[in-house]
Amino acid sequence: MMRFILPLVVFLVLAGFLYVGLGLHPHEVPSPLIDKPAPAFSLPQLDQPAKQFSPAEMKGKVWLFNVWASWCESCKDEHPVLLDLAERKLVPIYGLDYKDKPADAQAWLNTAGNPYKLVAQDTDGRVGINYGVYGVPETYIIDKQGIIRYKQIGPITMQNLRAIILPMVHKLEQQP
Amino acid sequence: MKKVLIALLLCLLPMYVYAGEAKPLAKDPAVEKRLVNLAQNLRCLVCQNESLAASQADLAKDLRQEVREMIKKGMTDQQIKDYLVARYGDFVLYDPPVKKTTLVLWYGPFALMLIGLAVLFYQLRKRRRTVLETELTPEAQQRATALLNDEENNQA
Repeated sequence: MMRFILPLVVFLVLAGFLYVGLGLHPHEVPSPLIDKPAPAFSLPQLDQPAKQFSPAEMKGKVWLFNVWASWCESCKDEHPVLLDLAERKLVPIYGLDYKDKPADAQAWLNTAGNPYKLVAQDTDGRVGINYGVYGVPETYIIDKQGIIRYKQIGPITMQNLRAIILPMVHKLEQQP
Repeated sequence: MKKVLIALLLCLLPMYVYAGEAKPLAKDPAVEKRLVNLAQNLRCLVCQNESLAASQADLAKDLRQEVREMIKKGMTDQQIKDYLVARYGDFVLYDPPVKKTTLVLWYGPFALMLIGLAVLFYQLRKRRRTVLETELTPEAQQRATALLNDEENNQA
């Protein structure tokens, strides 16, 4: 009997591990910045380069900080979701145009629509490094105290908007 | 005399041209050596199986530049690693510290080896027992020999 049970147990354990492995996303590295203050910066705004934007201005508001670029293909998949979210005015979306030419970024927003309250221009990608960006698009939920509460790696979909992002925004808005 | 002087000056010209062009290529060798040593033990986040030293991903190039600047600022290797870990997590280190989250990574292989050894010993002991159990009585031995001889004869 044992000679049948043992291989069966080994097989089941292995199958279990492989099954769990199917659902893992090794590309999504947990960010050490969760529950830490959003790194400070001051960058020119995309449409008005003379003006600067700094996350310190956002104290007291829950906001989304979306890192994108006009050269990024999955940002284009995400774009309609952001437009829809902006239209519903549930949470303000601020953009970081990562390692991009301002003219290209502006042209893309002009044709596809602009979901952002404001876009900061990170031409050399330094601010991106401080935020631990390694694959655009990435989106941070930042609370009223300026603390990063969540990081979405890869495009936001309707599903994770509904399941994770909006409930978290709602919860953070109840907090001081 | 004037011609000779001009000719001599013209001879110097390529050296100036060379100096002008070579500058961005000629990096500080000490800095580069430290960069390579460090970057070999750091993981590129874009192509996760490549080191920061080997990767040609844009982010890896930017991070190498960042590390280069930190070296020039006189930061220690540990400070540079801390800087990267603060942004990208322990994942960037090929040699991560032993922590609650990395216990399985560090000790899992040893646990598997112990299980393997236990199974091996169990199997060996079981085998020795079966060998001991099959000791033959003199009669059985005789019969076995007879049968074997018989078989040999048949084959012949």
